[in-house]
Amino acid sequence: MEGFLANLLNGLSWGMLLFLISIGLTTIFGVMGVLNFAHGSLFMLGAYLCMQFVRWVGSFWIGLLLGPPIVAVLSILLERFLLRPLYSRDVSFQLLLTFGVMLFLDDGVRLIWGAAYHVVNPPQILAGVIQLFSQSYPVYRLFLVILGPLVGIALWAFFSFTRWGKILRAAAMDRQMAEIVGVRVPMMYTAVFGFGAWLAALGGALAAPHQSVGPAMGERIIIESFIVVVIGGMGSFPGAFAGALILGMLNSFGTTFLPDVQMALPYILLAVILLTRPRGLFGGEA
Amino acid sequence: MNSLLRGHVLPASLILLALMAAPLFLSMYGVIVLTEILTMSLFALSFNLLFGYTGLLSFGQAGFFGAGSYFAVLTLIHGPDSLWAAMAAAFIGSAVLAVVIGWFCVRLDEIYFAILTLGFGMMLFTIAHNWRSVTGGSDGLGNFTLPELNLFGWGVNLFNPINFYFLVLLITALGALLLFRVVNSPFGLLLRGTRENSLRVSFVGANVRAVRLFAFILAGALAGLAGALFAFFNRIASPEMLHWSFSGKAVLMTILGGSGVYLGPAVGAAIFFVLEHVITAYTTNWMIFLGGILVVLVLAFPKGVLGSLLGLLTRRWKGPKP
Repeated sequence: MEGFLANLLNGLSWGMLLFLISIGLTTIFGVMGVLNFAHGSLFMLGAYLCMQFVRWVGSFWIGLLLGPPIVAVLSILLERFLLRPLYSRDVSFQLLLTFGVMLFLDDGVRLIWGAAYHVVNPPQILAGVIQLFSQSYPVYRLFLVILGPLVGIALWAFFSFTRWGKILRAAAMDRQMAEIVGVRVPMMYTAVFGFGAWLAALGGALAAPHQSVGPAMGERIIIESFIVVVIGGMGSFPGAFAGALILGMLNSFGTTFLPDVQMALPYILLAVILLTRPRGLFGGEA
Repeated sequence: MNSLLRGHVLPASLILLALMAAPLFLSMYGVIVLTEILTMSLFALSFNLLFGYTGLLSFGQAGFFGAGSYFAVLTLIHGPDSLWAAMAAAFIGSAVLAVVIGWFCVRLDEIYFAILTLGFGMMLFTIAHNWRSVTGGSDGLGNFTLPELNLFGWGVNLFNPINFYFLVLLITALGALLLFRVVNSPFGLLLRGTRENSLRVSFVGANVRAVRLFAFILAGALAGLAGALFAFFNRIASPEMLHWSFSGKAVLMTILGGSGVYLGPAVGAAIFFVLEHVITAYTTNWMIFLGGILVVLVLAFPKGVLGSLLGLLTRRWKGPKP
């Protein structure tokens, strides 16, 4: 029972980080039809920037506040000058461009900060462990478990009730129609891309005290978040949430109970879901 | 043989002759580099059957490449001590894998196909990485000796790099010929048809999934064969060969050379190696250049180096279009 609770919380905290990066990925895909290979690198960049701010000013909160907007600005430039000329071309070329950006960023990070792993300490208030049912548990992970659903609810409310959210959903459904009724779709694309990047970098900054910061962290999470987005249904919000939870749980419980095949579990799940529901759990009928 | 093929016999023979004569002019190091380029050319050509001709961007081609290397090495360790048997095992084994994986993947296209192939490629990587008792885990399988190649009863010693070069040239040329015949056959036309408009192809009565699956199997089998050669070359089969970053190499080579020209990926493989050697002489961070080059190519030269050059030449010869 004790092991079960620890597994549950570990799975939830990893799942929440996956969720943050996956919603950005799925929103960008849903609205723009672009699959962003570099999304994991933006996540990683968020973690590194947060680490850098911690070094400079010694405050995790400053890193959390200032890092993600820098990544968002970079991504806005990326969308405006590199991605925008490709919308009229085959989707493969958009994927290839973001693949190139990913190689560039991953190695760029290695060039600036070196190949070593770095440790970021959680802020004072979230440091240490807490007693839960006679078991000690890191406070920071609990913080992630609580924060994830809050962010999810905030985003859901944004998409459901605000004017901007409705415009976004309208443009995702029918770009041409949205343009006809006066939505400035190109500008909106840029905003969506920047917003998705901000979410990814926020996830990265939050992940910095949760795991070690290293040049491989982007590569690991991009594969898992691709799987999250596909099994949840591409472009689907609740899908990303469910997918991230499932993958987080597979990760934690798999490591405990099936250590030999744990690494293969996400791919097996991917195959099963695609066989039974080709458009994902929340993707509607194909 | 139709007229389309006839026009290609002369350039193909010239290229083949030049490659056969190359060891006369190259240093031993040059021969070794050319061997690796040829191996990777076969890998990139197999990828381009899917990408350039069928319109399917696969990010899991290294899965078959690496699986082929393991099949070949496992045959050498546990099975008959014959290179032909090892290569046959790589070809057939990868083809069988491609039947199973392709059956899932060809149901979807575009971005879904890219993610699915990425996922299945990584699944194969995980198997190679974790199934220690069979694959040797992260160390890979290196404890094998390369037997002599039985050429009509005559044993060829492959520890001589020049002999090994000719083996790789033979296999790559045969693979390239097979691919060339396929893409210029009526079936190849069907492949390009599904790339342009799969709906219309199905309207004329073709089974789009079956067409794509066949291309997937052929690409997988040839990638496996290239993987076998690569394992012989490096004397090891290791999990990195199945990793998606290795699949990315095939993608990069193809984009570099040009996906629209038959030999584009091979030219891309050569450029890739030259660039890698030149840049890594100055810095270890060569991926940053590679990423930058890919971005520039995608934006400004989507036809790749060979494609852009050929386009320039034809415009010269035929004059500007009216």
